[in-house]
Formats: sequence, C-alpha cells, structure tokens
Amino acid sequence: MIDLPAPKPDVLARRAEILAGLQALLPGDGVITEPARVKPYETDGLSAYRQPPLAVVLPRTTEEVAAILRFCHRNGVRVIPRGAGTSLSGGALPLADAVVLGMMRLNRILEVDYANRLAVVEAGVTNLGITNHIAGDGFFYAPDPSSQLACMIGGNVGMNSGGAHCLKYGVTANNLLGLKAVTIEGEIFEVGGRHLDAAGYDWLGLLTGSEGQLAVVTEVTVRILHAPEGQRAMLAAFKGTEIAGAAVDAIIASGIIPVALEFMDKPCIHACEAFAHAGYPLDAEAMLIIEVEGSQQEQDMLLGKLKEICSRFDPISLKVAQTPEESLAIWKGRKGAFGAVGRISPDYLCMDGTIPTGELPHVLRRIGEMSTEYGLQVANVFHAGDGNLHPLIMFDANDAASFRKAEAFGADILKLCVEVGGCLTGEHGVGVEKRDLMPVQFTPFELDQMRALKAAFDPDWLLNPAKVFPIEGNPALRPAA
Amino acid sequence: MSGASDARNGEGRGGLNQPRMPQGMLIAPAEEAGVAAAVAEAAAAGEPLAIEGRGTKRALLRPVQAARTLSLRNLSGITLYRPQELILSARAGTPLPEIEAALAEHGQQVIAEPPDLTGLFGATEPATIGGLVATNLSGPRRISAGAMRDHVMGIRAVNGLGEVFRSGGRVLKNVTGLDLCKLLTGAHGTLGVITEVTLKVLPATEAEGTVSVAVPDLETGVQALSAGLGSPYGVSGAALLPGPTPRALLRIEEFAEFVAYRCGRLREALGRFGEASLVEGEESRALWRRVRDAEALDAAPEEAIWRVSVQPSAGPGVAVAAGLDKALLDWGGGLVWLAGPATEAAHGRVMAAARAAGGSFTLFRAPEPLRAAVPVLPEEAPALAEIGRRVRAVMDPKGILNPGRMRAA
Repeated sequence: MIDLPAPKPDVLARRAEILAGLQALLPGDGVITEPARVKPYETDGLSAYRQPPLAVVLPRTTEEVAAILRFCHRNGVRVIPRGAGTSLSGGALPLADAVVLGMMRLNRILEVDYANRLAVVEAGVTNLGITNHIAGDGFFYAPDPSSQLACMIGGNVGMNSGGAHCLKYGVTANNLLGLKAVTIEGEIFEVGGRHLDAAGYDWLGLLTGSEGQLAVVTEVTVRILHAPEGQRAMLAAFKGTEIAGAAVDAIIASGIIPVALEFMDKPCIHACEAFAHAGYPLDAEAMLIIEVEGSQQEQDMLLGKLKEICSRFDPISLKVAQTPEESLAIWKGRKGAFGAVGRISPDYLCMDGTIPTGELPHVLRRIGEMSTEYGLQVANVFHAGDGNLHPLIMFDANDAASFRKAEAFGADILKLCVEVGGCLTGEHGVGVEKRDLMPVQFTPFELDQMRALKAAFDPDWLLNPAKVFPIEGNPALRPAA
Repeated sequence: MSGASDARNGEGRGGLNQPRMPQGMLIAPAEEAGVAAAVAEAAAAGEPLAIEGRGTKRALLRPVQAARTLSLRNLSGITLYRPQELILSARAGTPLPEIEAALAEHGQQVIAEPPDLTGLFGATEPATIGGLVATNLSGPRRISAGAMRDHVMGIRAVNGLGEVFRSGGRVLKNVTGLDLCKLLTGAHGTLGVITEVTLKVLPATEAEGTVSVAVPDLETGVQALSAGLGSPYGVSGAALLPGPTPRALLRIEEFAEFVAYRCGRLREALGRFGEASLVEGEESRALWRRVRDAEALDAAPEEAIWRVSVQPSAGPGVAVAAGLDKALLDWGGGLVWLAGPATEAAHGRVMAAARAAGGSFTLFRAPEPLRAAVPVLPEEAPALAEIGRRVRAVMDPKGILNPGRMRAA
C-alpha cells in the first residue's frame, strides 16, 4: 500500500471558509461538496485506491482555473488536476485536504486550421473527440491511447500518453505545438504556439508528461494529420515467444516500420479469444498483429513482404486481412484485451514497463516464473516495436492478501524492466502506483534534482503533490502517521 | 589569452562570421568524469565556461564571455547501437558523420535529418551529436518525422555544480519522471553539459522523389505545400525555393514503387498551382541537401542569417515584412531562412515580422558586435522568465554554463 501525506490540519480546520471562498469564485454548480456527488472523484483508473477530496471544482474557462489556483495558492490548499479520471497509475487520486480541479467543462474545440494542420482545443476535449471532429475532412489526431473514447487531451498532455500506433506517429509530446497553462500562483502563460520548435527552453516538452505537477494545462494546440489512403492488418502466430521476437527483429531489419506491431502471449490470446471469438489460434505461444498503411497496392506489397518474413519463422498461422472488416476482426480481440481479462478475473492490475525489445523472451520467462511463485495469473500484451510491455496481473480485490501479492508481483516486474535496461513506465505515468519504485530507476541525486525542478514551478508542493516522487524525506510532504 | 581574442575579432569582421578559436583556456576531457571535474572546479572558482563540441557553431546566438572553454571533442564514440531496437547511444563529442556511417551500414539514419552547417558557418570540422542536440537543429524531415528533440530517448549530462545525472534511457517509450532530455535539447548548454545521448533511429528509405511545382509567387507556393502536406501521401519534405519563378518542392521518401505512385498522385493534385515536374534519385537528394543546409538561401559571406519559425501560412508574409529579398522557406512554409545586411535595423525588422506572425526567431549567424547588441531570441513572457530563472538556479546555481549565450544576463 502506498502512503499519502498527512492532511494539513489548518486546511481541514478552515474547510467551511475555503469552500465558501471557492463558491464565491464559481457561482452556480461549479463547486461540489456533498459526499454522494464527490464520490465519483475519489478514485480513477487505479480503483484500488480511494480518497474523498475536500471538494471538487469544475471551472469553465482558463480565467476561472487561474482564479481557483490563485485562491488555493494563497490559502495553502493542495490541488489535484483531473481530466476524465482514466489514469491507470492513480495520477488523479485525491488527497483529503485537496481540491480536485476537474477540467471536463473546458470542452470546446476552439479552432481547426487545415491549411496549417492544427487544432486548438480546450483541455477537457476527449482524445477521440478531436479525431471525430475532423475525420469527415480526412484528418485525425494521431496518439490513440486505449482509453481514447473517454480520456481528455489535458490528461494526455499530463501523462504524455501513447497508444498502439505511436511506433509510426509518436506519443503526445511529438504531436503538440503549443499549450496555454496556469501556474499554481494563478498566472496564465503560453508555451510553443502555432509553429514548430519555438526558440528558447522547451517548456512544452518539459510540461508534457509532468503529471500535473508543474502547471495546469487549459488549452492545447495539436498537430493534425491527413489519414492515409487505407490500412490493413495481418495476424501471425508462432510456437514460441523467442520465435515471435525473432520475427519482430526481422521485420524491423527489413526496413518496414509497420504502423502497429502488437504482441500477445498465450494467456492473453486465450482470454481474448474467449471474449471476442476473433479466431485467434489457441495452440500458439505468441501472436503478432501487424498493421500497415497506404494505397491498396501498397498495402498488398507490404503485407506480402511481411508474410514472407513471418513465414521464415515456422508460423502456426498467418492470416492477412483482405478487407477492412477482416482487419477489424483481427483487431477485435486485442482491443478487447483488458475487458477480456476482466471477464476471467474479478480484478487486474495493468502494468506498463518498457524493455529493450531484444529482452522480451527473457522477461516473459521471468514473468512466468514469478506468476508461479506468486500464485497469480498474468497475461502479457506488448507494443513489440517500441518495447512497451503491459502485463495484466489478475487478482481478487475483495481479498486484501491477493491485492498485496498483485502489487508486489507488479513491482517485481517493473524492477525487472529496469534491470534489463528499460524503465518503470512507458505511457501510463508514475502516479502513485510507481512512485515508491522511482529509486529503482533513479539515483537519490537525480530524484532530488527533479524534485527541485518541480519546486521551481510549485515551491509549496501544492500541485498534485503526492505523485511521482517518494514523499519520504520531502519536508513539504509529511507522511501520514 | 590575447591570441585567442585577436583571432576571434579578426574572424568576426568578415568571412562567415565564425570565430575560429575556442575562447581562453581549452579543457577537453576524454571521460565524463573529467567533464564533471572541470565543471565542479569552475563552479568552485565562480569561473564561467564556454561549452562546445567542436565549436562549429560559435557564431550562433550571443557570444559567451568566458576565460575557459570546455570542449566535448575528446569525449567521443558510439557506445551502443542496436539496429533491431532502433537505438543508438553516442558520447556527446562524436562527429555526426561517424554516427551516420555506422547507421548506414545497417540501412538506418538519423531521423530528424540534421543540417550540415559547416558551409554556412565556415567551419573546418564536422558538427558533433551533442552540439546538434544542444541546439535542437532539424532538417526538412522535421515536418513529418519530428525534431531532434523528439528522438532524444536518453541523455547523460553534468549540471552546473559538476554533478552527473541521467534522464530517459535506452528504450523508445518512457514517461518515467520529468523529461529532462527535452529540457536540455535546445538549451544551448546553459542547463547542463550533455555528455552522452541516446537517439531513436529509423531505417533509411529505399528511394526518394520530389515533385517540383513552378509557382508564380510565395503565397501560391505555400498553398501548394499545404495541399501536399494535407494529402494522404506522407510528404516528408515541403520547401519553397526563391527566385524569379519560385519552386515548391514536395518530397516522398518510401519504397521505390510507393515513390513513383505517390509522386504521380501529387503531380496531378498540385498541377493547379503551376507546372509540376518530377525530380528523382541523386538529383532529389542534392536538392534537399541544399534546403537542409540553407545553401539555397545563397547568403553572402558577410551577410547575417536568421531562422524564423511561424505557422506555415504566415511564412511568405514574414519574408516580405522583413524586407529581405533572400528567403528560403522549409517546413511547409513555416521555417523561414532569411539573409541580409548584418545591421540592427535589419534585425529589428526580422524580430517585428516574427512577432507580428506570432512566431519565433533566431539570429542564426552574425558578426559578434551585432550578436552582442541585440536579442538573438524572442523575449519570454514574465511568468516563464521567472520560472526560467528558478530552473537555472536548480541546474546551474553559479551561472557558469554558457552564460549570456541565449539572452543577456
């Protein structure tokens, strides 16, 4: 279990006064304090952790965000920025003495500019909402986290979200032009703009992925792209994880960078097949879903080459989609992977490490051994092109011992990722979930320096303070007794 | 160190504005520990350091007043290359050609297509990878594949107290902790001395082709580029060559069959902007080298050079408002290279034009007196300037790393 800092006694003591102050800033229904209406905000995608906040505020404009932050800063009140609450790392977990700053009412698409290939949107617009708005004109916003139906662009910036297609299109940081944001002191500022690579320090790059600890993003200028002429998927199943890994190496060595290159292990194939009936081969130890883009002829050429490469590795099954419908069928199981695992286990933890791709067979073997040691099942989904591994650890949340074991298992996997040259998180963020593992990847000095940079933006540690960095030894965050 | 000083002033007056000699005492460690020791010693003495690789871009930005130069030239060599993992690590002083040659053996390349500015700066040595990252310089492929900063997956560096730190790692996807790779990329050595970088790399494409459209004016040219970039064909370069008949260039880099098909479709689609022809193979590559390295700007040796970044549709207006007739547009029109007299008046017009277009500028090459006298980069808004001061106080509390390089103290 993860410790949260002790609430500030003075803030709890002044609760009524603070709520009145917030209500004065957001007249109407902008401040939520009744326990029943606060409840949905007490957790996020990491639902094993829950904590009701002091209050929830729902501003509608950047100016209102600035007024709230100015007020909270003056009163020493901690602030937890929140988009849709889909974080799998507990990035939006509240604190008892904190105000949750919900961004969902800043939900306007302010401008689409096709000539300059950009869109200006407020932080509470959903990821898929951007693409849906421009898809009719043939354009899309590239990063596609699996929560894209619900998750908001402000949260994507906070976590530097990725997705299944970032091997080709990059993650959030690679698809931004500018931000409007507010400091904890309530000062509104802009970084980047409508142009590439503004001269000066790359504040845009530093703020992206800073997990809501440096500033609150209210407006985002994203790059938009024209969609390719078409895309199609193929499926290749193999007798061993090493063999599938070798096939991935051969694909990359051929000079083809598929738009997606997804790897599933046997438990994952079985879970997905039982759920989606996608026709996955149940006798395979590992399976790849490979997607390419281009004209019909280009797709044929690429898929032909990929088929030839895969066939060198004694595949159990090779299936090339001939139509968009067949592509969807191939993707259907993979896209439902989390739901599929949810069906066979009451609860699961979705881990998110990255490893050098060559280490995959070794890492999967070790995870298999740990699964036996812990007595917990695990299914692995892997973005094979970029080394991002998602083990899904199955447990029973009603059994405290089972949850503790699952957490320990997850921590061991992430330590293994670091040990083989990888990192703790590829796209979900550190949040509270991986906070106490940070010393595995960073030296005490490196952590101190990052803490000092956080403090350069937020000297009093008011913005999302209990995340990312261990709280032990941080004078601004006394652990709860 | 009057010898070095004399050489600097002599070069500053004519030629390519490039000071030939490092400033003052030269320290060039061959190990990271030596870099850390040199910085720690300078910090203890309160002595500023000029930080450089091989010093190929000394005429970029403001001159640094320092009695010591810390050169990374001897901290050189590729430390890790895994073609199948698309990852390469190299010490900061590794010359770019050495990295490119190692990648080429496996059919791979540096994604951001960094420019070779030895011609522009009159340098006699190749640029180092550390210098290219510190200056975040990217070529034409930036519009489709990202900037240098997008591909720095990991970094090792020394802060202003001589303490070694890392950020990122050697994997392609990593959101663990603050992204100091991005903070240091483009910080021109003012927040830390980069000692090693890890880059994402990609396969070089099999072929390339360029559709060249003869357009009546720059405005029409940018419209043609915009139409190409807004197509499904994956344009990887979009530049506008100046001249009596400007030429809009749109590049496809792909498998050979794809290049033929996509260039064909682009020619059809862009014919309405002007006569469209096809440039292939080595001729295409040569064309894009001239764009990448700003040779097509045709700047005279004594002229100043500016690099302005705006939204693409504003590019032609910047060239006009600056009142400079030498203009080369890249990045779909959004990157405007300008050349003209190295005067405060010309610089003032460029700054005003960039500001009016909501963009950013860099005084890219100029004689030392001009670079010392004017803002070489846009001023920051007060909130950011204050955060910048606090960030520098964390990374370089003694203010010894390239002081004054970006902005006057």
